[in-house]
Amino acid sequence: MIPTLSGNQGLQIEEPLIFEQDSPGASGVDLPDAPAIDDRLGGLARQGRIGLPGLAEPTVVRHYTRLSQKNVGIDSVFYPLGSCTMKHNPRLNEKLARLPGLADIHPFQPQGTVQGALELIDTCAHWLKTLTGMPAIAMSPAAGAHGEFCGLMTIRAAIGARGETRPRILVPESAHGTNPASAAACGFSVDPIPATARGRVDVAALKAKLGPDVAALMLTNPNTCGLFEDEILEIAAAVHDAGGYFYCDGANYNAIVGRVRVADLGVDVMHINLHKTFSTPHGGGGPGAGPTVLSQALAPFAPLPAVVHDAQGFRLIEHAAQSGAMPVGRIKGYHGQFGVFVRALAYMMSMGADGLRQASSDAVLNANYLLAELSSDLSASFEGPCMHEALFDDRFLKDSGVSTLDFAKALIDEGFHPMTMYFPLVVHGALLMEPTETESKDTLDRFIATVRGLARRARDGAAESFKAAPVLTPRRRLDETTAARTPVLRWKPPAA
Amino acid sequence: MRYLPLTEADRQAMLAAIGASSTDELFRDVPAAARRGQPVDLPFHAGEMEVEARFAAMAAKNMAAGSVPFFLGAGAYRHHVPATVDALIQRGEFLTSYTPYQPEVSQGTLQYLFEFQTQVALITGMEVANASLYDAATACAEAAAMAARITRRKKVLLSGDLHPHYRSVTVSTLQFTDIAVEALDPDPLGLEDLLGRVDSQTACVMVQNPGFFGRLKDLTALAEECHAVGALLVVAVAEPVSLGLVTPPGAMGADIVVAEGQALGNALNFGGPGLGLFATREKYLRQMPGRLVGQTVDADGRRGWVLTLSTREQHIRREKATSNICTNSGLCALAFSIHLSLLGEEGFTRLARLNHARAVTLAGKLARLPGVKVLPQSFFNEFALLLPKDAAQVADALAARSILGGVPVSRFYPTYPELAEVLLVAATETTSEADMDAFAAALSEVLQ
Repeated sequence: MIPTLSGNQGLQIEEPLIFEQDSPGASGVDLPDAPAIDDRLGGLARQGRIGLPGLAEPTVVRHYTRLSQKNVGIDSVFYPLGSCTMKHNPRLNEKLARLPGLADIHPFQPQGTVQGALELIDTCAHWLKTLTGMPAIAMSPAAGAHGEFCGLMTIRAAIGARGETRPRILVPESAHGTNPASAAACGFSVDPIPATARGRVDVAALKAKLGPDVAALMLTNPNTCGLFEDEILEIAAAVHDAGGYFYCDGANYNAIVGRVRVADLGVDVMHINLHKTFSTPHGGGGPGAGPTVLSQALAPFAPLPAVVHDAQGFRLIEHAAQSGAMPVGRIKGYHGQFGVFVRALAYMMSMGADGLRQASSDAVLNANYLLAELSSDLSASFEGPCMHEALFDDRFLKDSGVSTLDFAKALIDEGFHPMTMYFPLVVHGALLMEPTETESKDTLDRFIATVRGLARRARDGAAESFKAAPVLTPRRRLDETTAARTPVLRWKPPAA
Repeated sequence: MRYLPLTEADRQAMLAAIGASSTDELFRDVPAAARRGQPVDLPFHAGEMEVEARFAAMAAKNMAAGSVPFFLGAGAYRHHVPATVDALIQRGEFLTSYTPYQPEVSQGTLQYLFEFQTQVALITGMEVANASLYDAATACAEAAAMAARITRRKKVLLSGDLHPHYRSVTVSTLQFTDIAVEALDPDPLGLEDLLGRVDSQTACVMVQNPGFFGRLKDLTALAEECHAVGALLVVAVAEPVSLGLVTPPGAMGADIVVAEGQALGNALNFGGPGLGLFATREKYLRQMPGRLVGQTVDADGRRGWVLTLSTREQHIRREKATSNICTNSGLCALAFSIHLSLLGEEGFTRLARLNHARAVTLAGKLARLPGVKVLPQSFFNEFALLLPKDAAQVADALAARSILGGVPVSRFYPTYPELAEVLLVAATETTSEADMDAFAAALSEVLQ
């Protein structure tokens, strides 16, 4: 930090909270006066000030513009965040999502006035079912974890319908944290499966744990080590033979779209993160969507609503009595993340069957290129080929005094968003890189050169510079311990 | 293909560096039986013009709310969103960033979420709020589970004036847990007695204000009753604009407030994505679901923000987490927050007064029609209307006259014949006097 009179660092402006810029009486919206009426509030009019600050429009525009400049996105930098599929977000998607005929429609309009919206949901569902080869889909889950929950609900219901009780779910140690959390939310207990030295499920250990009390195996494939579970057909068969279901976590679906249909892998249910694989923006943490494809065995239990098509046109099934099935009920308000479906379908139609296949091929090629080019300087955890992400661990930093975290923070000063760190948990000090197919070779080459240079610098004993990083960012490392110990979660007016 | 930067020459050079002869070789771990040699049976890639044409055709088959007199609500409200909101949320640094796990390069997201948490706490009258959940319906289920954790009790009581989707999502979501959910019958007349149903086994009572049928309620006595037996009061708010004019749940003794934030900053979008708001008392903080942003300092002592208290969350606690939620509604929260920043104290209260005035005017016009009755005495910007005819048929007949004239309650409760003639009608600042007159005239015709 260079000392300045204003505290600003050049064009990087220090920006106070909106509450600290209150200009009482100011507003950024001009609204007409309300006509005089006798109110019908039943004596429940709000008393006293709410405490919201008053700001004119220019102040608001400058505030959020300055905040945006303290952020990075895929638009600004290479963002190889493993497991998150940070690919380009096409602006055509955004344009189409704002068409009044798609954005300005209400979920409870008479269905004859929203035939285009229902057609869009049905078309999106058709693309996802065709790509995965699965016969059914639940469109309403709001995100990946919600899709997991949806899938596990159908499994629980299907087992109940068989007159059985199966309380256990098997989850590999390398799984995302949402897997065990979703299983617990569905009333299951979680039993971990170890990984082999090849970074894959230990099939012998899995088989030993299978039994009449196991409801399902939850497996991410390609797995979180970036590897394809090459014994997957044997795994699926073993789970099915034991009377269980095979839940595939589709977080890494981007590696195989158009090249492998999950139906051909013996999968019973898989959620699809539209905000990863199908290019809808992550938006700083959402909204996403987690449509969940289902096998014939689980389809009757899919939550409501569903869109059906007959001679009269498209129709929403909103109640169990209309469906002729045994739905697990409703898990989300309205009809799913419609605005996200618009974007995902725009992407799928833009890419087409040929483009989606090329995208997964390029995603895998880019990751293998990183794995090949970085293996001499970093320590690859497993032998390749990898799928769409390359996993390294911290052996290359041994005795350097530099941690995975330090290495990632140094990368920020070099103009790259860090890779995923310390996940998966099955290797020490993990660095998980997912380049996606929307990065050029030139970008990858510059990243490779930088990472190699940093690795050399770490070996050469420059630990202090790593510990200090980042230094070129709006803020340097933040004190997370204090934040958690004495939580300050909102602004409060200074004591008078 | 416009989204793919690699050229064929790049691919060959990269394969050479890897030591592979083809991309297919990189997929060799896929069992041969599952490898597909050809693209699946779907159309091939298309340019922007073709894709736009496909979407324009689908959009044209929908009746856009803004193109006709429009009176729908039932938890999704059409307000005017200032142009500034959409311009700012489309800045790529907001739109295309991930969850702010690297705080040094995410201070923008973290600061607006801190401001959002403060705004939500202020308007609901609560002490703390989280950084958003998916929508109000899923937030209700989370609130019920949180109340069960706090009280170590297993009985949840849902008011019949709760939005039917909030109710069914709560029931479905908790069906495989040890929490027992009792949902009371729909209550269009405001007759239910919650006070008499709370006992020492109750984890929480969940009510909505304004209610699904429009009614405004003083919940103070209910809150006292709940607290007297150690239960929590959860209050759901479907229309956040009401909080600019109506006594907030926090001032009536609520322990948890959940709300749908869509109405501020966000379009209708056919009902999704939504924005779940979640606020509570400070003492319950560690049982809260969802992400939280907290204030701290950096290595130079400058104020900054980080994600905090993450030991509640799934990526740390796995099966012992307070919720499985990961992705939330970040960008919708940004839109909400910018809209509320633009409104400010003056604008927000003015907007709320305008909404109420429009609804009162509309209620007056409709109540003059023969056989039509406005059910709630008090309401904010929406009320249930009892018609002398089947409400679903009336809504269809109005749509045929290019008027989107309300939501028939039978859509949610097809098995309650006594609700067949109840229509929910809403007005906002976008509802003009001319719209109201057109609606009243058409309704009068349809009811003949």
